[in-house]
Amino acid sequence: MADGTLDAVKKKGFVQCGVSTGLPGFSNPDDKGNWMGLDVDLCRAVAAATLGDASKVKYIPLTAKERFTALQSGEIDLLSRNTTWTLTRDGSLGLNFAGVNYYDGQGFLVSKDLGVKSAKELDGAAVCIQAGTTTELNLADYFREFGMKYQPVVFDTSDQTVKGFEAGRCDVLTSDQSQLYALRIQLSNPDKAMVLPEVISKEPLGPVVRQGDDQWFNIVKWSLFAAITAEELGVSSDNVDKMKSSTNPNVQRLLGAEAGQGKNLGLDDTWAFNIVKQVGNYGEMFERNVGKSSPLGIERGLNALWTKGGLQYAPPIR
Amino acid sequence: MDIQNKGQDKAKTKIWNDPAVRSVFFQVLAVGAVVAFFLYIINNALTNMEQRGITTGFAFLGDQAGFGILQSLIEYDETHSFGRTFFVGLLNTVLVAVLGIILATILGFFIGIGRLSHNWLISKLATTYIETFRNIPLLLQIFFWYFAVLQGLPSPRNSMSIGESVFFNIRGLYLPGPVYEDGFGAVAFAIVVAIGIIIGLVRFERKRQRETGKTFPLFLPSVGILCGLPLIVYFLAGSPMHWDYPVLTGFNFKGGLTIIPELIALLIALTVYTAAFIAEVVRSGIEAIPRGQSEAANALGLSNGQRLRLVIIPQAMRVIIPPMTNQYLNLTKNSSLATAIGYPDLVSVFMGTTLNQTGQAIEIIFMTMAVYLFLSLSTSALMNWYNSRIALVER
Repeated sequence: MADGTLDAVKKKGFVQCGVSTGLPGFSNPDDKGNWMGLDVDLCRAVAAATLGDASKVKYIPLTAKERFTALQSGEIDLLSRNTTWTLTRDGSLGLNFAGVNYYDGQGFLVSKDLGVKSAKELDGAAVCIQAGTTTELNLADYFREFGMKYQPVVFDTSDQTVKGFEAGRCDVLTSDQSQLYALRIQLSNPDKAMVLPEVISKEPLGPVVRQGDDQWFNIVKWSLFAAITAEELGVSSDNVDKMKSSTNPNVQRLLGAEAGQGKNLGLDDTWAFNIVKQVGNYGEMFERNVGKSSPLGIERGLNALWTKGGLQYAPPIR
Repeated sequence: MDIQNKGQDKAKTKIWNDPAVRSVFFQVLAVGAVVAFFLYIINNALTNMEQRGITTGFAFLGDQAGFGILQSLIEYDETHSFGRTFFVGLLNTVLVAVLGIILATILGFFIGIGRLSHNWLISKLATTYIETFRNIPLLLQIFFWYFAVLQGLPSPRNSMSIGESVFFNIRGLYLPGPVYEDGFGAVAFAIVVAIGIIIGLVRFERKRQRETGKTFPLFLPSVGILCGLPLIVYFLAGSPMHWDYPVLTGFNFKGGLTIIPELIALLIALTVYTAAFIAEVVRSGIEAIPRGQSEAANALGLSNGQRLRLVIIPQAMRVIIPPMTNQYLNLTKNSSLATAIGYPDLVSVFMGTTLNQTGQAIEIIFMTMAVYLFLSLSTSALMNWYNSRIALVER
């Protein structure tokens, strides 16, 4: 176990990837049963890098409560499931966070007829939460900070949480803002609910691997960095074949025209080429799943490239 | 032949052929193997966890929990420790189990007896009840009561209310709560004294009946004493208690007592489901009593109620108690389905949120299993004690 997740994956012929039980935009099966979403694209990128085929992924849906145990016990090779990077998780669970594929923050969804304009007016509210998340802690901190009381109503899955909110069991639903947008479009009448302006926490979401396998840790980390770098260099799934003959040395290194970069990861030099060709660059993943052209319609905001005022930044590939 | 052989065997048996020695030897071997197996898997788990950098041990129980819990029987807020969340969850589990056992027993008894009724309608209704609720999975019933029934209740602003002091809405049942003042101790003492007097009265009545055969109606005087004495003391002490009424402020009702809908739904589902099984246990227990017992009771001129209460049920109890114990254990264990509707029981609070916040899966699951084992064993010990008591009394 200590070495060889890559070998095990190559032997199996697929990557076992832990995803959510269904969160539109991040990991959700479409009507044909194919998994789609930003987190799913990261699984596919890792499969493309390691096996040369983005479709060689086995998806394991996990609830928030199950996810870490599944990774620790080796049931999955990679956890790509809107999971917040925190010190406790990084330090005590035997896990490594391999970067951030979505910068998020916790917010509140309320029904419009409540007449509330700010989270500071929520004293005494009943709040629906999904079990086993950092959300529960942030909520408690926030209400304590402003001297307000609340009743936590904790459900097991996001589906039940939405049901509880819709039925009126609680006044507020709290979760990461990206999820709130996703959950809102699942409501029978999305226009009756609104997301409050307050963002009460930092939620850097990203892929997680087990500690003790540095090679695999590097592969996952650099799969994400390759997608970000590709966007930065203007390499997309459409132009990647043409860009292979680009004279830009950065592009040449990324796409394997200059030999040697893949070897450091234990992969073929075409690893990043496969990611961009089969899955696309980070911007493509974002737009397709959660961006303006998707039902969620989320702005790039913090998730824009560092060159465009956002936080997405990849170390140099060289 | 046996006796002869035994004598001969003793003389020339080799030690490994002695059945007594052999049985001890194999038992020691079996226990040793089991202990070794557990030591091996525990050691294996610990080594693996250490290798992977996973923290182990119970030190996390002292850390601050940092999350809120909907219902707590002891004082709790997010500044308390994970150890405290364990007890909050445990007490919530015990609460729903104890209430469920009491309610299911009462309901089950009535339905079980109802099924044996000579009244066609009552017996058919009881049969329908039993066959319906026994055959629907409990989880579905919990979902039904919670999502279909209770979530259809009105919002806090449109609550159903009784006399502007009891409110019922989707957030729960709001009742006026008693607030005790100085001097209420005297009233509590009066209640204890009243109970003491009633016990004395019952003893006296039993004795008198044994000696003279005369009966004395006990029920009404007992009620009178139990209500009257504390009431007199209450007024003498200057009414040292007032009611705190729930009031709608902001989003929700504040003040008074709140019974959360999760508890109500879980309790209804557990009661209704388990009562169906208890009814069958009661029915079979009563049917196990020979017909002659009823006939003898009739011959003595006992009324229907007396026959059931004094002759049939005491004997049936001996048959009823062991399977009933099983139902109680099932109910306690089934209460862990609470997590499906967000009732903060042990599994939801401790094995759910606490496990996820700390990641200490092995310790937490071990503690949770130990709790259910303890609850089951103590319920069963209590019932066994009761069983042996009534079994002896009857003989």
